[in-house]
Amino acid sequence: MPEAAHAQPAWVLIAYLISGVCFILALRGLSSPESSRRGNRLGMIGMLIAVVTTLVTHAPGQWTGAWGPGPRIMNVLIPDWNTIGLIFGAILVGGGIGLITARKIQMTAMPQLVAAFHSLVGMAAVLVGVAAFLNPEAFGIAVRITPIYGPSVINIFPVSRIEMGLGVAIGAITFSGSVIAFLKLNGNMSGKPILLPLRHVINLSTLVAILGLIAYFTQDQAPWVFFTIAGLSFAIGFLLIIPIGGADMPVVISMLNSYSGWAAAAMGFTLHNSAMIITGALVGSSGAILSYIMCRAMNRSFISVIAGGFGAVSSGSDAAAIDRPYKRGSAEDAAFLMSQADQVIIVPGYGMAVSQAQHALREMADILKKEGVRVKYAIHPVAGRMPGHMNVLLAEANVPYDEVFELEDINSEFAQTDVAFVIGANDVTNPAAKTDKSSPIYGMPVLDVEKARTVLFVKRSMGGVGYAGVDNELFYRDNTMMLLADAKKMVEEIVKSLG
Amino acid sequence: MDFISILSIFVLACFVGYYVVWSVTPALHTPLMSVTNAISSVIVVGALIAAAAAGSASSKWLGLLAVALASVNIFGGFAVTARMLAMYKKKERPAPQGEKTHA
Repeated sequence: MPEAAHAQPAWVLIAYLISGVCFILALRGLSSPESSRRGNRLGMIGMLIAVVTTLVTHAPGQWTGAWGPGPRIMNVLIPDWNTIGLIFGAILVGGGIGLITARKIQMTAMPQLVAAFHSLVGMAAVLVGVAAFLNPEAFGIAVRITPIYGPSVINIFPVSRIEMGLGVAIGAITFSGSVIAFLKLNGNMSGKPILLPLRHVINLSTLVAILGLIAYFTQDQAPWVFFTIAGLSFAIGFLLIIPIGGADMPVVISMLNSYSGWAAAAMGFTLHNSAMIITGALVGSSGAILSYIMCRAMNRSFISVIAGGFGAVSSGSDAAAIDRPYKRGSAEDAAFLMSQADQVIIVPGYGMAVSQAQHALREMADILKKEGVRVKYAIHPVAGRMPGHMNVLLAEANVPYDEVFELEDINSEFAQTDVAFVIGANDVTNPAAKTDKSSPIYGMPVLDVEKARTVLFVKRSMGGVGYAGVDNELFYRDNTMMLLADAKKMVEEIVKSLG
Repeated sequence: MDFISILSIFVLACFVGYYVVWSVTPALHTPLMSVTNAISSVIVVGALIAAAAAGSASSKWLGLLAVALASVNIFGGFAVTARMLAMYKKKERPAPQGEKTHA
């Protein structure tokens, strides 16, 4: 009976439930920066409760009878110190690596780090799935049938087989997908989409094969079925992410976040563990909502992002070839314009992250504020390489978060703004998204920077176009001044001229 | 717990997740990703069970490896989230408020 095999004492069930509630509160805390730190601590407490509960209920060792107080025989655990040592060793090694990485990582490298962490969750799910397959009795998901003649057979419950199959498949997809995302974000692999011929056919048939094998797994628990599921899932994770271009990474990374949650939930079903199920559902929906927000901010459907190939258009094919006149300005011009302004709105993008200009930018804003200029920051949801990327970088540079605004909160203000200072952003400011129906970014919500009296556009050179491969007609407007230089150098020069 | 109770927990938790995540301020979406990363490593529970169980040596070593991987994530994820959240500060001086007459 499956129920009997999963009989856990009430306190254990309650402990896992409490840990699940802690995780819910950890996410709830993120509704504002003040409550977020407490939320994070609650998350840690939840994890501690889950780990301690598991260690206590599954303490390695052997139960034997021994004389207790009075003439009674009690069950006593003879601990297996060897295994306990190994477990704590694994926690120490892993925890040490995690803590050092967390301390040393640069904030600009946060997208890569998150991708790497996702891959670890995926791999851990696969390993747990394989371990459960090899030793199902330890997980209470199998029944041993001992016939009168012949060797005994261990039969994994059919429901558990589906759960395990799904858990391993999602875990493997998370792993290989995240590894590719990491390589792309870290620059080890080109951000350009890699398009295989017939990729849709290959992907779909692999997906169907995985689902078919999971169904077949309920009938036949042979190892080849299980390991083929795992192998095909590793392959599809890889195939799914290589055709997706750099600018779509915010969606990919949110999607992988979601997958890592579903993998945890599937393993939670296998183990009948409420903490894992609650967490999996939370993380799964969190990633799904973030993907949705990112897609909406690009006016693209989730399917089209997953199908990939966006940004494959060879950059500068016809756009950069046309020599259109534009105004070029110097750091002194920019400094003068901004110091005369009542209000300046800074629009940061991925280029700011690449050149690490956030600290110089904050210095510039400080000087302007001292001169009585109002300075605000406008963030487009897909600026950068992951949701909230720009906000973290600005926070790192000590920009108070109440000066940082989201697109819908600040867009109406550009019309009353003297200077819009666009630094390292491109597509998210392109007015073509509002007017040009033939543009690939048509319909995408953009920041109305062109409504400001003057637009200062910091850009490395006129040649490159944005990730969408479209020219930005903003460059050639009368009220735009191009500041062509590395973002950080340009801001530092402006600071010098202001000083 | 039978399958139906577990399914109920799962479905209800999806709804909780939906509403809780929509209440997260967009400015904190990166910390949201790193903290969800950390908590999804609750999969360490399964890893610990595998590592602690007797019966299969290979299962035990796979479990130990999974414990190590999940620990990287747990410690790393919570630490990096804490580091990020510590950076989010409000305007430290309310003094310049006077000059900022809103139009």
